[in-house]
Amino acid sequence: MGLVKTMSSLDRRIIFLVVALAVIIPLLLPIGLPIKPTAPVKAFYDSTELIPEGSYVLISFDYDPATMPELQPMAISLLYHCFSKKLKVVMMALWPQGPQMADLAMEVVNQQLQAEGKPLPEYGKDYVNLGYKSGGGLVIIGLATNFGAIFPLDTNGIRISELPLMDKVKSAHDLQAVFSLSAGDPGIPAWVMVSRMAGYPTPPQPGETDITGKMLILGGATAVSAPQFYPYLNTNQMQGLLGGMRGAADYETLLALPGTASEGMDPQSIAHLVIVIFIIMANIFFFLEKRQEERKAT
Amino acid sequence: MKKQFPLAIVFIAGMIFIVQFFSPAFTPIQERFTHWYIVVAVFAFVLGLANLTRLNLQKIHRQQEGWIYSIPLLIGLAGMALCSFIFGIEEGPFVWLFNNMMLPMSATMFSLLAFFVASASYRAFRARHKEAVMLLVAAVIVMLGQVPIGSAGFMEHLRLSDITQWIMAYPNMAGQRAIMIGAALGVVAISLRILLGIERAYLGED
Repeated sequence: MGLVKTMSSLDRRIIFLVVALAVIIPLLLPIGLPIKPTAPVKAFYDSTELIPEGSYVLISFDYDPATMPELQPMAISLLYHCFSKKLKVVMMALWPQGPQMADLAMEVVNQQLQAEGKPLPEYGKDYVNLGYKSGGGLVIIGLATNFGAIFPLDTNGIRISELPLMDKVKSAHDLQAVFSLSAGDPGIPAWVMVSRMAGYPTPPQPGETDITGKMLILGGATAVSAPQFYPYLNTNQMQGLLGGMRGAADYETLLALPGTASEGMDPQSIAHLVIVIFIIMANIFFFLEKRQEERKAT
Repeated sequence: MKKQFPLAIVFIAGMIFIVQFFSPAFTPIQERFTHWYIVVAVFAFVLGLANLTRLNLQKIHRQQEGWIYSIPLLIGLAGMALCSFIFGIEEGPFVWLFNNMMLPMSATMFSLLAFFVASASYRAFRARHKEAVMLLVAAVIVMLGQVPIGSAGFMEHLRLSDITQWIMAYPNMAGQRAIMIGAALGVVAISLRILLGIERAYLGED
């Protein structure tokens, strides 16, 4: 009788301790659970593969350090993917701390490329970081016609007219893809809705392999916000989605570039399992307690 | 005049943004307004900064509950701002503070969610009625199907990952779409009320 009551109102410190152990033990002793990429991630990877070599793409870092564990592995993998395909990358941010996240991701990518003996991307020629601009959706509208008016300087204070890469990117019409790594608003919804409204090039139809003159919109979001973007995927307004750390791990698997997201899959799996066990336990004790109360009443 | 002038500005600016969809003649004005907005939006930061400083100084002065936390807040605020003004944001102390304080502290705060989610789900996720049972079953499937353990060992035969993808792509999408359409209609309604001067909360009126 006492056990049911105790378990129904279990001290939350015990729950915290169990969750902590569920995260720490698999980190120290990895299980190596197999990662099978999901359909939205495969679509993201396949769409990026369609972008012709030498094309210009934009990556918007619409997040801050709070969501770094989920979104930073996506940023690293995406930049690695872009440079492996010899794409020219324009980085910008609709969140104030986004440019720093871009710089941190570039550091890791440079280390990875160096370790593989590949040439390092050159600033101003292969990639630029335009920094943060306030205004959300209106920044996206402005980029439809004139990058220079919205971003006269890059994050280092260099005039964008002095950056060779930006000679070829005058407006959004020069881009082959927009990637938004988003932790909220402004982020993916703004890019999807406002870019179409502002007259950005239309996306390719599903199955279309020649994407010349078309523009892809691809996103990476936290696990908690990813479900809200499925309507965009279903209507081809977005061509692929990385959802949470699992999405990042799937992407790392497809790129054969195991990183922190893949490492995080074992702890996340066990933590989810523990939470599910807690939910089941809580419901068993809830029913037992309810039955006891009914018996007492009769 | 104090009220009519802002109302007139809102009406004219709003109408230009609507009309430019139908007539290219208004596009240059809309582009100019877009650039103005980006500049004006920066002033929100200045206002926010001033307000944050004022409120926390007041809190310290009056020694209100939790006033002690306002001290590191103000030191952090002033410290980061000064470092960026003096040494720039690409290198130096600002970058060091960002990488070694801002990053781990923000990530820690977000990571705490895992503990609170576990505790809250233990206390609140109860199968009290059939709708709650449906939610509970869907949540358990998605939680396991979204992680590799859902397709490992005996759970592979349960095809939790496939069921999760189905839940996300159909019931979830339908629900999300309904929310989006509802929210969009709400935005249209409130926008019209603002443009027509019916909704005046932004002027400080109730």
